[in-house]
Amino acid sequence: MRLALVMGEVWTGLRRNMSMAVAVVLVTFISLTFVGAAVLLQMQITQMKGFWYDRAQVAVYFCNDIDQTETCSQAAATPEQIQAAEDALASAAVAQYVDGVEFEDRDAAYARFIDQFGGTTTAEFATADTMNEALWVSPVTPADADVIAEATAGLPGVLEVRDQRALLEPIFSVLNTASLAAVGIAILMLVAAVLLIATTIRLSAFSRRRELGIMRLVGASNRFIQTPFILEGVAAALVGSLLAAAAIVALVQGVLQGYVAQTLRTVAVVSLDDALLVAPGLVGFGVLFAGLAAAVAIRRYLKV
Amino acid sequence: MIRFDAVSKTYPRSARAALTDVSLEVAKGEFVFLVGASGSGKSTLIRMVLREEQPSQGEIHVLGQRLRSIPSRKVPYFRRNLGVVFQDFRLLRSKTVYENVAFTLQVLGKSRGFISEAVPDVLKVVGLAGKQSRLPHELSGGEQQRVAIARAVVNKPPILLADEPTGNLDPATSAGIMALLARINEGGTTVVMATHDSSIVDAMQKRVVELDAGRVMRDEVAGSYATTSPIPVVAEPTSLGAAR
Repeated sequence: MRLALVMGEVWTGLRRNMSMAVAVVLVTFISLTFVGAAVLLQMQITQMKGFWYDRAQVAVYFCNDIDQTETCSQAAATPEQIQAAEDALASAAVAQYVDGVEFEDRDAAYARFIDQFGGTTTAEFATADTMNEALWVSPVTPADADVIAEATAGLPGVLEVRDQRALLEPIFSVLNTASLAAVGIAILMLVAAVLLIATTIRLSAFSRRRELGIMRLVGASNRFIQTPFILEGVAAALVGSLLAAAAIVALVQGVLQGYVAQTLRTVAVVSLDDALLVAPGLVGFGVLFAGLAAAVAIRRYLKV
Repeated sequence: MIRFDAVSKTYPRSARAALTDVSLEVAKGEFVFLVGASGSGKSTLIRMVLREEQPSQGEIHVLGQRLRSIPSRKVPYFRRNLGVVFQDFRLLRSKTVYENVAFTLQVLGKSRGFISEAVPDVLKVVGLAGKQSRLPHELSGGEQQRVAIARAVVNKPPILLADEPTGNLDPATSAGIMALLARINEGGTTVVMATHDSSIVDAMQKRVVELDAGRVMRDEVAGSYATTSPIPVVAEPTSLGAAR
């Protein structure tokens, strides 16, 4: 009986303020979509880091007799110098961070170079003699790359130590910035959502002041008076967050899995499972958030 | 039933006190008129019984409860013991007569079965049997006030407060409403009614409390609207209790 009465009140309230309810739905929809996108972007970053960092190696390039840099001064690294670098990596202090070391001679380097850049003008000028000998070192964990670089960088005959992680950093920082931007937009939209919910409740309380006055008169409890208002806000936000959850799932399924994953086969993109994990979180967050906003607004505009 | 002990009330941002040192006692089953000019404090007094306002000084006891000590979240439960009627009826325009009366009971969480018995009963008492599916605007002013009274008493409260219930009604209709209030009073309900209507007060011959500028000027057991003695009689609440 009472539940039916409360639900009836909620429905009347929503119908009476339909335009405001639609506004709340849209604003929560958009803000939560941005929240979801930010979460998915962070997941994507983590996934890509895991994928690439596992493969990232440290390349220790040795001097070639055509290198004119100060460290080499046109003297190719001697086999002793290369051995010294390998010994440095095998030393007790460093070995624990090294997973594997592979020596690449000029012919192998040339073959890989042609493999990567074959057909371009650069490839036409390249010969095996212009290549550098190198040690490809796999660190135990991505963070160990620093230790390896430090151990080999200053050695005689070493032209350059390149950590492949460094090449990936810009990509991650772009993605990270994008996710921060999404969070920023989401926060702005959430503020708008809170204000809208508060205004809706204020309007709703105003248009129902007669009923409210009578309810107070006959001794309706505060909770009984306030619940319909909170439920109104929650109902509108629920619709909005369900839409946002659907949008996130559709985005991952349609765009990421359907398009990006097909075109860029080497890149691991977030899966539908990840999206299905985020979606209920969004709905829960939206409902909780709206409930809190409504409860605070009621305290301000519905003095009982 | 209702006791005011040296109650004063000053509204914030108002220099003049709405009530000054009011002491008053209303016993069970009494019918009391509150009379006085507009702004004399009648409505403030009624609002204080309802605990819509708190006194600035003094204590109010209603139904054995010290109003100041009721926490605000318990106030709704306290109000369920009071029926209230106003000059402007305060009915829900979109609800029928039946729904308006049933609304009180629904809000209080009464069962459907109880409501379907209690509402027709009380509508019969107020003389509106057969009009339960009308909307308020289809009724006359007197009938609307009867709906309001039905709503106020359907829960069988021990106290009925009425703030100018006949203020919008013609004399003949007012007489009907007063007869109804008298009948409710005879059933054991304490009635406190604020009014401007001298003919009603004179005809009923009930206790009259006159307020002027927030002070009790007169408290007569079977009084009339106008002062009968040249000097206002101010009865002590205690002596009045003895006179009853």
